[in-house]
Amino acid sequence: MSKFKKKKGGEIPAVNTASLPDIVFMLLFFFMVVTVLREDNLLVRQKIPQADQVEKLKKDRSVFIYAGKPSQRYQGQYGTEAKIQIGDKYTDIKALRAALIQMRAELLPDLQSRVMVALKVDEDTNTGLITDIKQELRELEMYKIIYITSPINQSEQ
Amino acid sequence: MARRSTPEVNAGSMADIAFLLLIFFLVTTTIEKDKGIARQLPPIEDVEDPPIIKQKNLFIVNVNRSDQLLVEEQLMDVKDLRQAAIDFIDNGGAPAGSPEHCSYCKGKRAPDSSDNPDKAVISVQNDRLTSYKMYITVQNELVAAYNFLRDRESERKFGWKFTEVKKSIDEGSFNGDEEKMLEKLEEIQKLIPLKLSEAEPKKSGE
Repeated sequence: MSKFKKKKGGEIPAVNTASLPDIVFMLLFFFMVVTVLREDNLLVRQKIPQADQVEKLKKDRSVFIYAGKPSQRYQGQYGTEAKIQIGDKYTDIKALRAALIQMRAELLPDLQSRVMVALKVDEDTNTGLITDIKQELRELEMYKIIYITSPINQSEQ
Repeated sequence: MARRSTPEVNAGSMADIAFLLLIFFLVTTTIEKDKGIARQLPPIEDVEDPPIIKQKNLFIVNVNRSDQLLVEEQLMDVKDLRQAAIDFIDNGGAPAGSPEHCSYCKGKRAPDSSDNPDKAVISVQNDRLTSYKMYITVQNELVAAYNFLRDRESERKFGWKFTEVKKSIDEGSFNGDEEKMLEKLEEIQKLIPLKLSEAEPKKSGE
């Protein structure tokens, strides 16, 4: 009998969970840092052209305009002609102005005058479309634009 | 043989390990940020009589619908564009003694090319059917030409590279007197002002 009693006394102690909060916080921080919030659901194909003489984009004061051919799954519905996307939907060049005014109104009030328009355009798009967009922007007095590019891949050169 | 109870695992160093991992990930992960070529669009205004730019101060880059490059009436490969633009901006053709004389230019000083960097204007003309990829490539090469000259001037005057300092200020990693540095950057920008104009694109075939 004494044998059993001894065994009871030698129970494996519970795992110390004191550091669990540390681990959880670490993971939390990690994901906070790494995740980029994806605001818009892309409806157009995006293969961004490459460039190396680049500047950084100030996210807080920017409005995104996407352009390019409709993505594969939308091509049946919308064809393959390049389209403009603002927010979550396709925008016609005529409706561009209203959409941009609305986007600008969503920014912080003191940043609205310094708004920067980020153009994320697929490399196969015609320059004519970009010119039309730029003309609209000039009429809206949104003069600061930035062509989003991707870094040049050395191995491809 | 009586079995001894297992001693508790020392968890004191767990926090250290956690922080070590945290720091490791912080250092190794790169946050993807959007970068690009920034541009200022010209305001829409009806200029009564637009300033006349002398032909020699104008560097015309023409891109046609099949993405071919015509620079100053000559076909050119995109890889030669940067050097051609540098040669044009840096030419300094105005004769010594004239108010337009460019003392810091190192170009050929050809009389039929630009007077000084302030006068030199690069005009890009696209076709509406030019691909966006080509458009960006051309813009990139031209900005690279300006950056090259700005780097050279800032190195001559202050001993650092314009683009490097600008980048560190943009990223917030610059230590030192930022105000003073921005003034110096502006000084360089005045020496080599970015004068890129974009003509209204032609309809294809015109």
